[in-house]
Amino acid sequence: MVKFSIKNLNAWFNSTQVLDSINLEIITHEILGIIGPSNSGKTTFLRMCNRLNELESFFRMTGEVELDGENSNQIDSQLLRKRVGMVFALPLPLPLSIFDNVAYGARIHGETNRKKLADIVELALTEAYLWEEVKDRLNSSAFKLSGGQQQRLCIARTLAVKPEVILFDEPCSGLDPISTAKVEDAMLKLKKNYTLVLVTNNVKQAARVADRTAFFLSGKLIELDKTEKIFTAPSHQKTDDYIRGKFG
Amino acid sequence: MMSSRTSEKIAFLFLFLATLLIVVPVGLIIVIIIQKGWPAISWEFVSDIPRQGMRAGGIFPAIVGTIYIVLGSIIFALPIGLLAAIYLSEYAKNNYLNRMIKLAIVNLAGVPSVVYGLFGLAIFVIFFKFGASILSGSLTLAIMILPIIITTSREALESVPYSFREVSYSIGASKWQTIRHIVLPNAIPGILTGTILGLGRAAGETAPILFTVAAFYLPQLPKSLFDQAMALPYHLYVISTQVPNVDEKVRYGTALVLLFLVLFMNLVAIIIRYQFRKKKKW
Amino acid sequence: MRKYKEFVIEKLILLCGLASIFFVLLIFLFLLKEGISLFSTITLKRFLFGKNWYPISDPAELEILPLILGSFWVTLGAAIISIPIGVGCAIYIAEVAHPKLKEILKTGIELLAAIPSVVLGFIGMVTLVPWVKEVFNLPTGLTALSGSVMLAFMAMPTIVSIAEDALYSIPKTYKEGSLALGATHWQTIYRVLLPAASSGIVAAVMLGVGRVIGETMAVMMITGNAALLPHSILQPVRTLTATIAAEMGEAVVGSEHYFALFAIGIVLFIISFVINVTADTFLHKKK
Repeated sequence: MVKFSIKNLNAWFNSTQVLDSINLEIITHEILGIIGPSNSGKTTFLRMCNRLNELESFFRMTGEVELDGENSNQIDSQLLRKRVGMVFALPLPLPLSIFDNVAYGARIHGETNRKKLADIVELALTEAYLWEEVKDRLNSSAFKLSGGQQQRLCIARTLAVKPEVILFDEPCSGLDPISTAKVEDAMLKLKKNYTLVLVTNNVKQAARVADRTAFFLSGKLIELDKTEKIFTAPSHQKTDDYIRGKFG
Repeated sequence: MMSSRTSEKIAFLFLFLATLLIVVPVGLIIVIIIQKGWPAISWEFVSDIPRQGMRAGGIFPAIVGTIYIVLGSIIFALPIGLLAAIYLSEYAKNNYLNRMIKLAIVNLAGVPSVVYGLFGLAIFVIFFKFGASILSGSLTLAIMILPIIITTSREALESVPYSFREVSYSIGASKWQTIRHIVLPNAIPGILTGTILGLGRAAGETAPILFTVAAFYLPQLPKSLFDQAMALPYHLYVISTQVPNVDEKVRYGTALVLLFLVLFMNLVAIIIRYQFRKKKKW
Repeated sequence: MRKYKEFVIEKLILLCGLASIFFVLLIFLFLLKEGISLFSTITLKRFLFGKNWYPISDPAELEILPLILGSFWVTLGAAIISIPIGVGCAIYIAEVAHPKLKEILKTGIELLAAIPSVVLGFIGMVTLVPWVKEVFNLPTGLTALSGSVMLAFMAMPTIVSIAEDALYSIPKTYKEGSLALGATHWQTIYRVLLPAASSGIVAAVMLGVGRVIGETMAVMMITGNAALLPHSILQPVRTLTATIAAEMGEAVVGSEHYFALFAIGIVLFIISFVINVTADTFLHKKK
């Protein structure tokens, strides 16, 4: 089943074109990896999916991003972002307690019942493999957690609003290998219930977790295929060069 | 030809002297006022009404009047100033209108205090017929301290990292929810600093209240918003220049109370700001 | 329902955002409304350049040249005192002072800025004025000079803090580059940092001077308030601001005197407007 369908998407910041005629589909319950050098448009593409780009002035786009067959520009942006969650490159806990960080989304969307909030928080933290580590100090500041824990907290915060899709924007770029492994573990288990899009600078990470992988270069989609295929027999020379580290 | 090291030493000596020329007189002013004013301070002085044509007794009505006027001005200025700061930090685009607003704030901050007095007289006392009253004085001072509150609050709001806002939006929060739950709570110390600085400024100003509220001599407490009131700075002016043969002790004592009130508020603001910087979570 | 509430709040925010513009216009309009009537009886030229300010004689003579000159001399004196000291102190704080001392000095400057002008006026009256009288052997110490000295202290915090900001915001690479070439710290300050911060320092000076021109209470208490054409800085003078503050209490609402005081307000408003807009342009020049 197709979750996201992107049709002939172009995007500009000021007069600089950052996405050039992108066509691709994201399938339900897959992990789609997106690789490419910096400034290839991967992050901009990711932020198209929850319309975060439009917060910047001087942003312009043409083409369509469809979620479940509906043009995302027609969906209320708050509702869209509730359905399409995001985990950022750096762990970005809000300056609140651990509990309030996870409960933030639910509260925003109108949940006030304490018991229900507590359930939501526990469930989300459990899904993000953080519950056991923090259950005794839910009221302490989120900044007291380690980097890896903070990033899993951010995942939990995203899960707490029960999204359908989760966008990961280089979620492990600031983490050590052990924390990275924990985050990747969490992603692999999450795909049972969610659709995941993973932008990463780390080619090997895509190889480890993505079902399909897309290669972006200078705002263009060069190639999209099964991860195995991309990493063993890519159809484009440039893809091959990139994953072999000839440029980056 | 002097060696460059020698000329550097001489130059730095002069810079140091310039600094001393500011710091020493300021220190002296404060020391003199404390030294000569302290003997006047007594419970009676701060709790009694002025007696014998303001040559004896206390300054209680002036203290109370100043507190009323200052609180009145903050009640008007804080909501408007805070919302204006929110507009500038969260909503304004980088365009012509925004530039105009910033220029207007700069101008509002630069208008001479006595011109505020004229304005307050023309609009509140005469045009709206509030008369010389606490209401007129508070409104006049409110407009005068608006730039202080806007500027400091805006700095406080803008110091909240953009990434927090982005996170909040990405969870589906609306702009106002983001401001209300993420930006404002983290800007409160800065907003408080600005508010207290505004209070301090309002407490010390004389010219704007001259024709809008200040009473020369009124040995009773104001009963309503439409009453005149005595005010500390104006009282100091009056007993310094308008009333002959006032004991110097009384003048210094009044100056000390006013100085203490204003500097105390400024110190509180500075301490809040300092603590906030130290404890900042990000 | 929530959307509706947010719509109302956001409109309110926009309204308050525009409040500053509204108030500036409102101030100007009300000054104009009360002051414009004066010019049905006296020409603008005579108002500004005539030499006689006798508001209560009959007929009243309402010409403000003595007041303009009074403001001018007091301001000039204050500028001469405060600019070198203020800029020197700003350089000391920004470049020379030890970080801990720097914090203390900045706090001190902030406190100086906070001292109410009526307190400075009072202190000037009881300390500076007798001193000036004695040293210069004058009939009175209430002179333009006394005013200038006291007002210099009101200008200095403004000059110091804005000039210090300007020096501080110069990219560190400028300084490092110069030091790397073997220049001493002072040569670096003199040849690199001061020119680089010049527009900020000009703005600092202008805003400091603007504060002096607009200052009322201190000046009214220590300059003697004689509305005569000043010939020397050791004479009593009366400034534009002090005239308003001293006479508005007696002026009958709707009289020519009343209109004239508002007309002086317009003059002050325009002066401060010009100074602030120009200073702001200088402040934004470098960025």
